[in-house]
Amino acid sequence: MAVTAMDVYRLLPKTNCAKCGEASCMAFATKLSEKETDLELCTQLSANEADKLADVLAPAVREIMIGKGNKAMMVGGDEVLYRYELTYYNPTPLVIDISDDMDPAEFEERVKKIEGTEFERTGELLTLDAIALRNKSGDVSKFKEAAEKLKSSKLALVLCSFDPEAMKAALEAVGDERPLIYGATENNIEEMAALALEYNCPIALFVPNDLEKMKELSRILRTKGIKDIILDPGTFVNDGIGDTLDNFVMMRRLAVEERDDDFRFPILGVPAIAWLDNGEDDINTAIKEATIAATLMDKYADMMIIHGTEIWELIPVLTLRQSVYTDPRKPQAVDPGLYEFGEINEDSPVALTTNFALTYYTVEGDLKAGKANGYLLVLDTEGRAVDVSVAGSQFNGKAVADLIKETGIEDKVKTRKMVIPGLGAPVSGEIEDESGWEILVGPRDSSALADFLREKM
Amino acid sequence: EEFSPPIHEYPGSVAEVQLGAGSRKPVFLGGQNALYRFEEPQPNPPVVTFDVFDIPMPGLPKPIREHFEDVMEHPGDWAKKAVKDFGANMVTIHLIGTGPKVMDKTPQQAAADIEEVLQAVDVPLVIGGSGDPQKDPIVLEAAAAAAEDERCLLASANMDLDYKKVAKAAVDYNHAVLSWAITDINMQKTLNKYLMKEGLTQNDIVMDPTTCALGYGIEFSIDVITRTRLAALKGDTDLQMPMSSGTTNAWGSREAWMKKEEWGPTEYRGPIWEIVTGLTMMLCGVDIFMMLHPQSVKMLREIGETFTK
Ligand code: B12
Ligand code: SF4
Repeated sequence: MAVTAMDVYRLLPKTNCAKCGEASCMAFATKLSEKETDLELCTQLSANEADKLADVLAPAVREIMIGKGNKAMMVGGDEVLYRYELTYYNPTPLVIDISDDMDPAEFEERVKKIEGTEFERTGELLTLDAIALRNKSGDVSKFKEAAEKLKSSKLALVLCSFDPEAMKAALEAVGDERPLIYGATENNIEEMAALALEYNCPIALFVPNDLEKMKELSRILRTKGIKDIILDPGTFVNDGIGDTLDNFVMMRRLAVEERDDDFRFPILGVPAIAWLDNGEDDINTAIKEATIAATLMDKYADMMIIHGTEIWELIPVLTLRQSVYTDPRKPQAVDPGLYEFGEINEDSPVALTTNFALTYYTVEGDLKAGKANGYLLVLDTEGRAVDVSVAGSQFNGKAVADLIKETGIEDKVKTRKMVIPGLGAPVSGEIEDESGWEILVGPRDSSALADFLREKM
Repeated sequence: EEFSPPIHEYPGSVAEVQLGAGSRKPVFLGGQNALYRFEEPQPNPPVVTFDVFDIPMPGLPKPIREHFEDVMEHPGDWAKKAVKDFGANMVTIHLIGTGPKVMDKTPQQAAADIEEVLQAVDVPLVIGGSGDPQKDPIVLEAAAAAAEDERCLLASANMDLDYKKVAKAAVDYNHAVLSWAITDINMQKTLNKYLMKEGLTQNDIVMDPTTCALGYGIEFSIDVITRTRLAALKGDTDLQMPMSSGTTNAWGSREAWMKKEEWGPTEYRGPIWEIVTGLTMMLCGVDIFMMLHPQSVKMLREIGETFTK
């Protein structure tokens, strides 16, 4: 279970000196337990006490950095089994594979595609996170050469080979950039562990469908003093997906509930396996890969290697990631107030929406795409969608009248006419009564709003 | 130290609900004593019920329409195609046409549609109203009478309508009831209690805690459904019923239906949107899925079946 404020408080100096910026040790303890401040800010701790606290505060799942500098990405860090208990940390990086036997032009094109993939949703740019270089050729120098080429990529790197020779060669090229070594197996663990120590890189442990062995090998790495370990219990598709899921869930339970130190590491899933021996066409395989990715995203994958790069396959996975990793403690909201679009003047039309992030950004996107000119009033519904806030009555006449006053829109436009969302129709009369403005009920979906503003206002 | 699988003991269990009796092949929902199959084999695989409508549904997205264009005039043919060609375990007949603002079909006409579908297929049925709180209870009552002893699932009872009438129709004609609350566990508990006061038991109720689609609040559904299932296993007798997902809500998302060059073809986006929505609900504990697209149904069933192996 996640650490409580009380657990932390017990280990603080309890002087309430306020040097940490909080009013009291208890307040600081609360923030620490919620990961909203840094332990270093308390200057009153001895090194020993600080270590003890750091240990108590260490997340159930170790947080690991792959890559360095502006290529760095964080993996793991979770505290709970269910997101509602706190929140999940470090959205699962999506790593796209590339092989060292591709011809140079193809190789370059794939890197560009991976780096350039993006999808905007609720004001957030969703992108891919890293590149996994596979030693598909089996050739040592080819692997090294390909790794060399990826130095210029802006993304973090995973080096995939079970051959310690090839791994060593690639690390000679890019070992100073903290790539993930993927990986150690029962057969090569000594050599791979030595490389991880030599280059100070994180290492992935691949032990397919055998958690007992996984525990044993994880213990071996830990005994050698290796701290940054990622666990891959194998991803199995078709009938094997049930086993995969069992392994992921068991590992996460052992980490969170039993605090089993051999399992307190991020889990790696490899939906790309769907592409091996695929008898099906590419489209079905891509759909299958997305399905597996979603399954593992839902149940504890902290990092995933994917092969498909079609945007229609990635959008659902990126969206699921964004959803699962939103912080349930915070409303998904934008600032309420007055927003301007395009060219505006005192004759510009006025529309109204709510401050739920999804609602606002959808409307914003539609207004921009439709090249609309006008004002948008954004009502504080505590981050609720239109119909939700109508049902919960945060969207009401008085609130809209107040918004009109607060924003000073009446000094900016001559009109006293406003479009509201179609779903706001039930409160249109109320708004007219409270504000004295004329209310026009607009279309239900904001994709029709830009045209509506042009034609009806 | 030795490895031992982290298996929990659960004081409670999920009730088993039978759908289909009489001339229907029965299907069983729920019955779990544990959360995962590594703790205890899961008794029943997830069930998919295919959406069918009593009218040719003008708003259906193209990727779905193209599979059913030839049968949309007749709910019986539509149901038959869903079962024969696409392997539906069950069929949901939505009596959308009874909506006062749609076609205002009478309860008698609704009953006739139900008879047509009962004749056409031998799988269990979910019977849905139009969503009109005044009309649904009387429509469902007439439909329940027409399907007496066939153990259909009446969809739905909720706080906004005369749920007593729906519950009574289920008790009188031997059906189960879908108890629908909007992402609110307390509301769900209260409604279930009320329904049980009307004579229904845990074995006659399926819950719909509401499926918010992928990207449209799926995280709220994840939390509510997970907590509901955990409550059941912990022994909360008001929440021990199997759960249902209106997975078709996925098609309301822009990413599923909106044409947009940069997002790739809707032909694939739509089905994946439905799969990911349903799958996520399945991983939180949902037992029965109301779905629209043949490919999504196939994928969800394939995965679902492996979870009970
Ligand atoms: C997710 C969700 C929730 C989440 C809240 C998410 C959030 N932050 O808002 C939670 C779980 C908390 C929730 C709670 C409730 N919900 Co709710 N919820 C939904 C759900 C599934 C999706 C809402 C959503 O995200 N829509 C997406 C956004 C982008 O849509 P939107 O804001 O409406 O914006 C669109 C349009 O309005 C339009 N638009 C927007 N701005 C503008 C501006 C102009 C000028 C124009 C022209 C157009 C326009 O374009 C946008 C894009 O299409 C809907 C069902 C559905 N619609 O699918 C039910 C739904 C809205 N909820 C409902 C209810 C009843 C409730 C509750 C009252 C239930 C309860 N037990 O308490 C509470 C109310 C809470 C409160 N307000 O205090 C009902 C409302 C029924 C009604 N109309 O009376 C719905 C419709 C479900 C249903 N079928 O019964 N809900
Ligand atoms: S700096 Fe340390 S001792 Fe001082 S109030 Fe903050 S937590 Fe307490």
